[in-house]
Amino acid sequence: MTSSTTRPPAAIDARGVVKSFGSVHAVRGVDLTVQPGEIVAFLGPNGAGKTTTIDMILGLTNADAGSIEVFGHTPRGAVARGLISAVLQTGGLLKDITVRETVELTASLFAERRPVDEALERAGILELANRRVGLCSGGEQQRLRFAMALVSDPALLILDEPTTGMDVEARRSFWSAIRADAARGRTVMFATHYLEEADEYADRIVLMSRGSIVADGTTAEIKNLVSGRVVQLTLPNADLTALSAVPGVDSVETAGDRVTVHTRDSDGLARHLLTTTEARDLEITAQNLESVFLALTTEPAASIDAPTHLAASVDAPLNGAAR
Amino acid sequence: MTAITLDRPVPALGGFTLTYLRLELVRKIRNPRGLFFTVAFPVLMFFIVGYQLLDTPLTDTPIAAGGVSVAAYIMVSMAMYGAMMSATQTGASVAAERAQGWTRQLRLTPLNPLVNVAVKTIAGMMFGLVAIIATYLVAMIAGVELSAVQWIVSGLAAWLLAGAVFTTLGLMVGYMVPGENVAQITSLVVVLLAFLGGLFFPLSNMPDFLQTIGRLTPVYGIGELARSPLTGEGFDLGALINAVVWLAVFVAGTVYFFRRDTRRS
Repeated sequence: MTSSTTRPPAAIDARGVVKSFGSVHAVRGVDLTVQPGEIVAFLGPNGAGKTTTIDMILGLTNADAGSIEVFGHTPRGAVARGLISAVLQTGGLLKDITVRETVELTASLFAERRPVDEALERAGILELANRRVGLCSGGEQQRLRFAMALVSDPALLILDEPTTGMDVEARRSFWSAIRADAARGRTVMFATHYLEEADEYADRIVLMSRGSIVADGTTAEIKNLVSGRVVQLTLPNADLTALSAVPGVDSVETAGDRVTVHTRDSDGLARHLLTTTEARDLEITAQNLESVFLALTTEPAASIDAPTHLAASVDAPLNGAAR
Repeated sequence: MTAITLDRPVPALGGFTLTYLRLELVRKIRNPRGLFFTVAFPVLMFFIVGYQLLDTPLTDTPIAAGGVSVAAYIMVSMAMYGAMMSATQTGASVAAERAQGWTRQLRLTPLNPLVNVAVKTIAGMMFGLVAIIATYLVAMIAGVELSAVQWIVSGLAAWLLAGAVFTTLGLMVGYMVPGENVAQITSLVVVLLAFLGGLFFPLSNMPDFLQTIGRLTPVYGIGELARSPLTGEGFDLGALINAVVWLAVFVAGTVYFFRRDTRRS
């Protein structure tokens, strides 16, 4: 690690990680490398294995198989050195001590730490310092957990749905603090169910579903995964079978005269529609993250042809992005 | 601001710090109920039960001839009760903090789980000592007379024996049944055990079958041992066996349930 010839270790280096609880396969072979300074959004529906994966990265749960290194250390080794910390939803607080005492206590447990007031200020709760924790609101307690996570000055910060319960303004200031931190070289990985947060604040999105990583790349790359675009048009008595047969078309839906087509070749479809049919009011839009999210995480049986095609294309752009 | 460094040390002593110990003591001071039952209650009970027995001799030796009063017997018992209560709360607080998720929060820090228990044990023992000193001081002012050796040996014995047996009892229950109400349940159990074990009045005043049960409780052995300096007659082997066996049972139980608990998480 001190040698100048070797590259600095990855913030997270997980290989072949597997975890089951009885007959429930929570995590089924996860490979994930996060480089220092990245801001990674961790997306996925409930039960996808996000929390279990986070618990293993923090050393709160041991993997059944595979290996996890955090800055070249075991997860517990990284925690003991203050290299990794987290804001977890499940973390409890002592109600009978004050906000400042809580952060003081946390700080005292680390060999190296930032000043307590600095952590309180950056979490935006310096003015609450002398309040008993039991008297703080849910959002204030969440910011206290954030201050506790900051006081060890971690190189990797993990946030499990950090802005739940915050209003729009609090959320905005929270993320600008995170951004400023990352500029200093802090690596951030956050789980969220706000797709716009992932879209807006993350450099990279890791999408998990049913215990596996199903997509990993920049926001733009992820959007491209669900082949191309959505074309909408007005066409009375549309011949759906003919439309489905146009090259590149994945699905066709109608609502009255309005037809929505998902296609990998929007130019070809537009040319076809405008030259051989009566279609008008043509609109071509990019897929939003939400439709990608749904397409990648819903059960295969519940969706049309798209996912089969996706499953084949998912790996190619991703491996490049992960490196 | 400086860049984030990756080369960092691991804290010494598994994360033990005086800051944590100080905060544990502060939390106890802020808890009026806990303070009452560990410190005020023994003092109060000494006054109610013991004060009137200042002139009643405990042995055949009259008090005028240097004998020890029954009030001294009550004093040791009550002081011990305070130390027992304080020790039991150590385990109960471990259980409550686990239920609240605080233990999980602490696992994001370098603090070793055993050091966490050690900090709580030390804080509990310190409060137990406060209870004993408070009861002894009040009794001394009220007129209890003992030799210097009797004061010190009975006090230390009450403190250490109650601490050892009841800290482990509390921890065992705490790891066995997680929850925020463990404190109330264990307090009730300790009161019951104190009655049965002859802490509030001598076993010899009880019916035969209760005496038999009383001799088997974990309070009896340590109580007899702590009070033995008063009579100068030594203690019987049964008391020693009682204390050793119960301590062994509670230590084994604590280890077993602690392991079961860490496996589960």
